[in-house]
Amino acid sequence: MSAVLQVHDLDVHHGQLRAVSGLDLELDAGGKVAVIGANGAGKTTLLRCLAGALPASSGRVLLDGEDVTELPAHRRVRRGVALVPEGRRLFPSLTVEENLLTGRNAGRSGSWDLAAVYELFDWMPERRRQPSGSLSGGQQQAVAIGRALMTNPRVLMLDELSLGLAPVVVRRIYETLPRIVAEGCAVLLVEQDVSQAMAVADHVHCLLEGRTTLAGPPSQLDRAAVEAAYFGLAEA
Amino acid sequence: MDVVNALAQGLLLGGLYALFACGLSVVFGVMRIVNLAHGDLAIVAAFCAFVTLSATSLPLWLVAVVTVPVFSVVGYLTQRLLLQRSLQSGPLATLLVTFGLSVVIQNLLLELFSADTRTLDAGSFATSALEVGDVSLSYVGITGLVLAVGSIVAIQLFLSRTSSGRIMRATSDDPQTAALVGADARRVYGIASAIAFATVAMAGIVMAIRSSFDPSLGPAQLLFAFEAVVIGGLGSLWGTLLGGLALGVVQSLVAVADPSSSVLAGHLLFLLVLAFRPQGLVPARAS
Repeated sequence: MSAVLQVHDLDVHHGQLRAVSGLDLELDAGGKVAVIGANGAGKTTLLRCLAGALPASSGRVLLDGEDVTELPAHRRVRRGVALVPEGRRLFPSLTVEENLLTGRNAGRSGSWDLAAVYELFDWMPERRRQPSGSLSGGQQQAVAIGRALMTNPRVLMLDELSLGLAPVVVRRIYETLPRIVAEGCAVLLVEQDVSQAMAVADHVHCLLEGRTTLAGPPSQLDRAAVEAAYFGLAEA
Repeated sequence: MDVVNALAQGLLLGGLYALFACGLSVVFGVMRIVNLAHGDLAIVAAFCAFVTLSATSLPLWLVAVVTVPVFSVVGYLTQRLLLQRSLQSGPLATLLVTFGLSVVIQNLLLELFSADTRTLDAGSFATSALEVGDVSLSYVGITGLVLAVGSIVAIQLFLSRTSSGRIMRATSDDPQTAALVGADARRVYGIASAIAFATVAMAGIVMAIRSSFDPSLGPAQLLFAFEAVVIGGLGSLWGTLLGGLALGVVQSLVAVADPSSSVLAGHLLFLLVLAFRPQGLVPARAS
């Protein structure tokens, strides 16, 4: 498999703080990579930088082999990098359907359109005329995912899907991931819930204070090593 | 009968205020900035029409029809080339830049055209009126009101029905997230400015036909426009229409009793709304 997204030696600053340092990462087409780590480990900063919302201080981001490090967010999404931001960030004055339609602005064609999103989340058509703020947290998360899918991304990045949602809702949302990947896009997700991340991803990347402390397929990582990497305990 | 007439004249005057104000309202709604040169731009449009009219033999309506789109292009460019830079350094910077622009425009107009008052000669159109019973409604006034309602309806349709309008609302809600779905905020802001400049050009030309104008009138127009926006409710276009009409009607009704207090009465209405209903008559969409 060829790498869709390659990250080489990436540094990202958040004000004075170096939030991500020397990070390397590769994402294959159809792959599911999870970035785990404690609060403040740099996970969200990493995704925002990959989406173009934050500038990289140094290092390179390649999409299908092309350097996109300097592209701002609105141009990067047109190349196929979509981010579902932390806290969902729906547009409150737009209806559910209008929120989804904003994804068309990326100008990419592909298999994701309104009908496909409505098929993925079958409750959504009934509520399409409602203001997005009237939905429950889980439903809002689904709309945020749908909005990102409407851009027909090559890489879909999901930031803390489970934040503030009931476990059953989280499970239902994660159940849609295989279908999203089946459409040919790669998924990079950030998750605080380690067991959730290990269950979903085929590759896990553990961050601690902006550095990779552990990486590999979940099946080859043992619980103690992950814990040590997560909390920064002495090397196990 | 005096009161009915005053009410009718107030609505026509209010229509013109609303036309002045709707551009201000759009720019505030999308970018959260107030363009302090807004009133001066109207005067610039009036002078542009005046110069074109004197230099060519074109009819006034044609000059107006050309000036408005030209102004919207100027608006787009002003936003992209001048205001966009200041937006990145915060709202105060933008306020200062537009204030500077206002001062520059006034002095430039003074330099070019002197302080003489002028008027756009619209021939019989400027003086004729529609007689309804005892009330006479000037065609110029009706034009202002129709343009105001028409512009606001058109802008509302643009915002609610088109994909550019949708992305404009999304950018107004949350510019960072709008960028994540491919919205280029600079372009969206440029379009908002283009709309504002087009409507203020219409307002300037209508005002210049209706009464006389000189280079110093901009700030007063800005004040009325700003009052209309605040009375109506920040961020609501229908509110701006209502605010403009309310301002016009109050000024006109008070003028029946005491013409010298008319403008003051408008300012008092503005203060009362600020004090007792700061969200305005029509609060922006609850979200």
